[in-house]
Amino acid sequence: MAVATFIDRAIPMTSHPSNVSLEQRAWRIRRNALRMGEVQGQGYIAQALGVADVLAVSYFHALRFRPKEPEWEGRDRYLLSIGHYAIALYAALIEAGILPEDEIETYGGDDSRMPMSGMAAYTPGMEITGGSLGHGLGIAVGMALGLKRKTSGSFVFNLMSDGELDEGSTWEAAMAASSHKLDNLICVIDVNNMQADGPSTLVSNFEPLQPKWEAFGFFTQRVNGNDIPGLVKAFDAAKAHQGPQPRAIICDTKMAKGIPFLEARERNHFLRVEADEWSKALAILDAEKPQ
Amino acid sequence: MSRLSKYTPRTVKRGPDGEILKTSAMIASIAGADQKTAPAPFGEALVKLAAKNDRIVGLTADLSKYTDLHVFAKAYPDRFYQMGMAEAVLMSAAAGMAREGFQAWATTYAVFASRRAYDFICMAIAEENLDVKIVCALPGLTTGYGPSHQATEDLAIFRGLPNMTIIDPCDAEDISQIVPVISAHKGPVYMRLLRGQVPLVLDEYGYKFELGKAKMIRGGHDVLIMSTGLMTMRALEAAKALEKDKIDVAVLHVPTIKPLDVETISREAAKTGRMVVVAENHTIVGGLGEAVAGVLMRGNIRPPAFHQIALPDEFLDAGALPTLHDRYGISTGAVARQLKGWLG
Ligand SMILES: Cc1ncc(C[n+]2csc(CCOP(=O)(O)OP(=O)(O)O)c2C)c(N)n1
Ligand SMILES: [Mg+2]
Repeated sequence: MAVATFIDRAIPMTSHPSNVSLEQRAWRIRRNALRMGEVQGQGYIAQALGVADVLAVSYFHALRFRPKEPEWEGRDRYLLSIGHYAIALYAALIEAGILPEDEIETYGGDDSRMPMSGMAAYTPGMEITGGSLGHGLGIAVGMALGLKRKTSGSFVFNLMSDGELDEGSTWEAAMAASSHKLDNLICVIDVNNMQADGPSTLVSNFEPLQPKWEAFGFFTQRVNGNDIPGLVKAFDAAKAHQGPQPRAIICDTKMAKGIPFLEARERNHFLRVEADEWSKALAILDAEKPQ
Repeated sequence: MSRLSKYTPRTVKRGPDGEILKTSAMIASIAGADQKTAPAPFGEALVKLAAKNDRIVGLTADLSKYTDLHVFAKAYPDRFYQMGMAEAVLMSAAAGMAREGFQAWATTYAVFASRRAYDFICMAIAEENLDVKIVCALPGLTTGYGPSHQATEDLAIFRGLPNMTIIDPCDAEDISQIVPVISAHKGPVYMRLLRGQVPLVLDEYGYKFELGKAKMIRGGHDVLIMSTGLMTMRALEAAKALEKDKIDVAVLHVPTIKPLDVETISREAAKTGRMVVVAENHTIVGGLGEAVAGVLMRGNIRPPAFHQIALPDEFLDAGALPTLHDRYGISTGAVARQLKGWLG
């Protein structure tokens, strides 16, 4: 097997000017997502608002990547296991300079690079094809194994949802990850307590989560996924951890975070938002713009 | 269909009135703008049936709302089982309930039943010939969401499975009639489901569903379309549109894909002079078209021409559903165009 060039983890990340705070990054991710939601009038907008802080910390604190070179061999891989969260990742990829902002209005349209569901063949920066849930962690296991074979220092992040905790494939992959001692794999779980049929814990009770992931061999942290300083600490600890084991960061998030009238909506898995409500939502966001 | 590279920049696409063209959301209906529809025909029919049969239970994998099973769940909360988004255990548990004497109706999307849960359906349900009804939304190309949700090969997958009865209903009328009939049939059934506001078409044709039977919906001398699922609706619309061109199109609706009504298919195809066209909302590989071709070859029946209207052997694009139906040849307009082309 050909061993690719060794990539040192210490290569400085080239992408983010540090004069923009993570709070501002999260705010802009939310804003991009709302603008895309407005184009279609409906969609997985509550997820995007909920996971924006996790994405801000992922892309602008934890990850190494080159915006102009999305397939750079030395990048950390960030897998979106949840294809329906694509709107959230596009918002982050735009903020990261991987996708151009002026394509926001193509979101979900015919021949757009930003289809409703995330697919690798359509979008720069989209590592895998989602849509069918419960695939990401297994692919992450293979990529982590592959990176180790190449003696690469890159991490594989897998962003998954709490609904995916229902799938057997998730736990098969979890067991494989710890069996193979994949210390280069970080599984980020967005626990928003929501699924298609309603609150996750009513659909299938997956608690207690932390001991479960620990029992599967993961170095596991559970944090408020809308608290940026807490997320920064958790991502740092996950990367710095010395044990020969995969890492899990369980992030409790609030659906539609930041837009109270959408937060209050029950069963907001797939939100329909009236035409006039988008500008209301944007106005609320704009009023809260971080300095 | 060659897709643009992901590194090719795009511009916003607008419709005739300057509006941004929207993809169909997952909830998109296949009904035309002013088409007659009926709400949740599967859920309503199951509730009716459950009133008379207390062995009926409903199970889903986090998709009750999106398979119309929520109607049943509301009427019979204690006979409804939420299995979580776990299609494997959905099918295994349905098998287990059937073993204990219940008639288990299990719902999810067609892609997840046919792809993820196939082994569990095959070994736990079909091999034992258990009384499980698998009812699956988003058959064929009924969402613009992309390949993850487009069950373009489910019929091919299940046709290979012994014991499995396969149904592809045309409309709300079909679904309402099918539910009690497949309940009365003891054994595993895979039914493709149209959900939400479902077009109502066949009520105007004095149609009666019979398990394993194909039904002539309209006669015609030039072309015989054998169609299944929503393509029967398209075939009827195309037949109407072609009347003005003096093209006389017959439509044979084939809702039961397996077991196939060999007798009716052979008899109708053998009537002289008519080109035979098989239309299905499914890949050209392994569905009704190839099943009919086999019947005709084995029966030594030679129509003047044989064609298939079906989806290409490809992973399909994401986008707006009407665009995609046109692009892949299963819109009414595309059906009519293809028929005219073949007639010369
Ligand atoms: C394997 C699979 N089964 C079912 C679905 C249909 N589906 C799409 S989203 C969803 C809910 C999954 O839970 P989660 O991702 O936590 O939902 P959210 O937080 O976005 O509300 C379901 C069941 C799917 N996409 N893939
Ligand atoms: Mg969730």
